[in-house]
Amino acid sequence: MNPAVIAHLVLIVAIFFALQISAAVLVYFERKIAARIQQRLGPYRVGPHGVLQPLADIVKLMFKEELRPKAADTWLFYLAPILSATAAFAAFAVVPFGSETTLFGLLDQPIRLQVADVNVALLVVFAITSMGVYGIVLAGWSSNSKYSLLGGLRSAAQMISYELSYALALAAVLVLANSLSLREIVEHQAGHWLGVIPKWYVFLTPVGFIVYMIAGVAETNRAPFDFPEAEQELVAGYHTEYSSMSFALFFLAEYVNMVTVSAVAVSLFLGGWFDPFGLTPEWLGWVWFLVKVSALLFFYIWMRWTLPRYRYDQLMAFGWKVLLPVATVNLLAVAGLVVWWG
Amino acid sequence: MDIWLFYLFALVIVGASLGVIGQRSPMHSVLFLILSFGALAALYVQLDSPFAAVAQIIIYAGAIMVLFLFVVMLLNASHEDDDPGARAPVPVGVKVSGCLLALLLLVELTWALTRVGRPAVEKDAASADSVSSVHEIGRVLFTDYAFAFEVTSVLILVAMIGAVVLAKRKV
Repeated sequence: MNPAVIAHLVLIVAIFFALQISAAVLVYFERKIAARIQQRLGPYRVGPHGVLQPLADIVKLMFKEELRPKAADTWLFYLAPILSATAAFAAFAVVPFGSETTLFGLLDQPIRLQVADVNVALLVVFAITSMGVYGIVLAGWSSNSKYSLLGGLRSAAQMISYELSYALALAAVLVLANSLSLREIVEHQAGHWLGVIPKWYVFLTPVGFIVYMIAGVAETNRAPFDFPEAEQELVAGYHTEYSSMSFALFFLAEYVNMVTVSAVAVSLFLGGWFDPFGLTPEWLGWVWFLVKVSALLFFYIWMRWTLPRYRYDQLMAFGWKVLLPVATVNLLAVAGLVVWWG
Repeated sequence: MDIWLFYLFALVIVGASLGVIGQRSPMHSVLFLILSFGALAALYVQLDSPFAAVAQIIIYAGAIMVLFLFVVMLLNASHEDDDPGARAPVPVGVKVSGCLLALLLLVELTWALTRVGRPAVEKDAASADSVSSVHEIGRVLFTDYAFAFEVTSVLILVAMIGAVVLAKRKV
């Protein structure tokens, strides 16, 4: 077989496992950071400083009994977590995380550190994000439980409301870069202004970045927008009736979604794999990508353990009356600037 | 390879579409419709127009079907069997017109199938390439096809007003 094809297959498998491992690592850091914020130590018993805690959790989940409510819709009940996890993984396929490399001369032709360089990548991200809602809605409906149904309904309403602002924030970047390919968008952000400020879109459209991050939190159902699973009101929301590996899939999907939203944010607004100081060689770009994604993920966790949950009507009012107008005006302003400056 | 993928997706579309009308539960019908839209998007990818494929998923599978699902869930629409109206005898006129419509569709299908062997309109590779780029679609849509575009939007507006009028309750 062609070495380039093999390299590509290896890349696909590597990204798949990297995403799974990142979810495990995130669970560990989430618990540790939450503990620090609340002046506790967090998991400490399994392995040094509790680093093996995620493994223990996975083993525990695997050996739990798979329960299904008697009145549940069997097919949809089992399909829902699979849909959720698939959508979470699929979106990462179009995210570029490094420049072209030959792996130190191992390959004749350089490969791109990206699973698929689609020329409509930005729309693909948006399409897959909009499919993610089905997993949650179906889980809520098929469980045949009122808490699950309420969680599913809330999630559908929330995702529909925030998808608009999310798309408008993406559109602002699209206008700036004049391209839908994430790789081209990242490459547009190379270089510096005045030799110091990196040419990242976050400096051109800071409002767009903020709107994207807020809508991203709402899309991934994280606190302070975690209404679909608000435990004080809905037990556990859409996954109330799930146990064992089905529950684990929802859990996995949530964390992988966080990674994907952060990775897309890094590509769109924070210059992807480019080094802000222009000091490191280009083949180390993926390290910078990792650093930036980790910073955004830390921000996510930090926010979850700092801010209380909104009220549901506040969430809807905020989405439609604040975020959407702001995103629209931002898009118009960016478009106006692009027309003005060329 | 390509032709087998085409048959695979075509089979999924036909199967899913049959599933939409063959189901008693509205929830399952909606899901089969989503599946058929997804397979249709795969066909667009095969036709080298990723933009149409993604638009199909975003607009139909993503946005419109979520609303469908939302409505079905909110109304908690039960199985058709539970509805006594569903089993009422059908008037003769409806039966006759239904049969006529079925006949018409059958004739149309036969006519379409007899034309399968003929080659489609050949386009030169350059123009086929350019239409697949988003840039070009946007340009063509607002220049060459501006009239069709505007007419479509008026049509959708009419449909929207019609839906509002139909759904409005007398207060």
